[in-house]
Amino acid sequence: MREWADFTAEEDAEGALHLAFSGPLEVSSVGPLDDRLRGLEAPVASIDLSAVPEIDTVGAWIVWRLARDHGATIKGADARARRLIDALRPMRDNGAAAPPPQPLGRKALEEVGAQVDRFARGGVGILEFYGALLVSLWTILRGRSPLRVIALVRQLELTGVSALPIIGLMSFLVGIVIAQQGAVQLEDLGFGELTVNLTGRISLRELGILMTAIMFAGRSGSSFAAQIGTMKLTEEIDAMRTIGVSPMEALVVPRVLASVLMMPLLGFYSAVIAIIGGAFISTITLDIPFMAFLTRVRDVVPMHDVWVGLVKGPFFGFIVAMAGCYQGMQVKGNSEEVGLRTTIAVVQAIFAVIVLDAFFAVFFTEIGWG
Amino acid sequence: MREGADSEFPIVVEDLCNAFGEHVIHEGLSLKVRRGEIIGVVGGSGAGKSVLMRSIIGLQQPRAGSIKVFGQEMTHGLPHGDIDVRSRWGVLFQGGALFSTLTVAENVEVPLRKFYPEIGDALRREIARYKVMLSGLPAEAADKFPSELSGGMKKRAGLARALALDPELLFLDEPTAGLDPIGAAAFDALTGELQDTLGLTVFLITHDLDTLHEICDRVAVIADKRVIAVGTIPELLTIDHPWIQEYFNGPRGRAAEAASHRAKAMDKPQGRGA
Repeated sequence: MREWADFTAEEDAEGALHLAFSGPLEVSSVGPLDDRLRGLEAPVASIDLSAVPEIDTVGAWIVWRLARDHGATIKGADARARRLIDALRPMRDNGAAAPPPQPLGRKALEEVGAQVDRFARGGVGILEFYGALLVSLWTILRGRSPLRVIALVRQLELTGVSALPIIGLMSFLVGIVIAQQGAVQLEDLGFGELTVNLTGRISLRELGILMTAIMFAGRSGSSFAAQIGTMKLTEEIDAMRTIGVSPMEALVVPRVLASVLMMPLLGFYSAVIAIIGGAFISTITLDIPFMAFLTRVRDVVPMHDVWVGLVKGPFFGFIVAMAGCYQGMQVKGNSEEVGLRTTIAVVQAIFAVIVLDAFFAVFFTEIGWG
Repeated sequence: MREGADSEFPIVVEDLCNAFGEHVIHEGLSLKVRRGEIIGVVGGSGAGKSVLMRSIIGLQQPRAGSIKVFGQEMTHGLPHGDIDVRSRWGVLFQGGALFSTLTVAENVEVPLRKFYPEIGDALRREIARYKVMLSGLPAEAADKFPSELSGGMKKRAGLARALALDPELLFLDEPTAGLDPIGAAAFDALTGELQDTLGLTVFLITHDLDTLHEICDRVAVIADKRVIAVGTIPELLTIDHPWIQEYFNGPRGRAAEAASHRAKAMDKPQGRGA
């Protein structure tokens, strides 16, 4: 059972209070006491500590604050109490109080302004980053500095080869869903065999590459941001700069190149697996034999659908890698920032990919690849 | 005095054994820390100084042996919900180990919130402020984040957090490592002052010979997987052990000793340098 500190107050003829504390004045015992002391209205003339067996700096602080604010005298302090109170004498104030809350309207306006400012700065930052990347690529192209082949191959493996199982599984399931759902709707209209057209064209034109880009952003974009962000925190990036290694060339270029190279391949792979998924479900529910489904895809899917999918790949890869690397490089301060920047990288990448995909859809239709 | 605190030895380590897999760190290590002293713990890199500290504060499960802090056995880990011992010590880790998403003042408030939730917001804020200033930081530092502080300021902020609950026992892991000589001397002075004012028992791991000479009452030497000697520096110098002789009589050891003599001579009016 804890022993709480207590005090008694006696009022003298002039209305001033004489406080007498009892019990230990320690961090573990003063909690409830403090509010009562703050509630005292009358001035305090003296503070008696003779019945206080134990005191620590928290107790000393409360006594000193009271004595300072009321101009009270302290009586009955033992050697330890005096020493502690003396140590606290330089504290002239209670520290800055919590800032007063701002009016809501003003706060909202400020917040909007800050957001716009951040957005503009972010835009400029991305442009700068893009410029720096182009400069690095140009230096490498002109042979002024070597392309880091090992790093590139490593990134190709991490972003591409290791992603094959998960992207394959996802695409297979998406193919099944499209074919099955499409068949249900189309058979009602009597066009059951058009399921092949639906699955083949949508996989190659849109879904293969789009789903891959989203998966890629979640898998690789996030890891770019987290890796580079952590290296920033541990000053590895600074260490590179001092040794004369450009982090742009050593870290960003291999990741961006790997993404640009891998995305069309992964997108094509994803489309093919989706078609296989569609063929698989059609064999079971539509009575279209597996091989017949695949042969039919060759007849009904125009060649430009394949090109549409492949052309989008490098752009999507570039966007995801840029978002990841850029946000990683923006990390500073603390570990929370790494998580925050990683999230931003993924969200930005997916958003930008979908916006760009919409533009591409209109563009390809306009040029007659509809 | 609080209950249990009146025993003469707040920390008693007996026959401690620590090992990571095959690698044995401590074997039959014993150490008693006296109330109210500053005990310096020295030893070569990898001798197990930090492991000893982590064992005492319950972060490292020893393989065998007994560790008593304020008479309470620590070797079986802290019983869940047992807050008593942990509220009576403060620990300053080597890098400060401040919570990076909280300001310095909020860092100091964390243990207060945890152990004494009945303390009101206003008082808790005040406590955090004066602890920050007691640790020798300017008042403005209270609202800064750890990433905005220099190395020395981080150590002081870590010290402020270690002192948050007015502990009786303070653990310092290499407090002056990485500080410039002036900062290190100031930190030593601060440790000595706080120990004097607050009546702390300080368990201090250090490589800094100046710190040993300046503020430590006794020094414990860890070598050969155990504490080979405990005593004042002159006492240690009489021991014929190669590591001790090399440590205190090496060029740095002699320089620190000379500096300490000079400082003491300058305190006396008649003295003029050694």
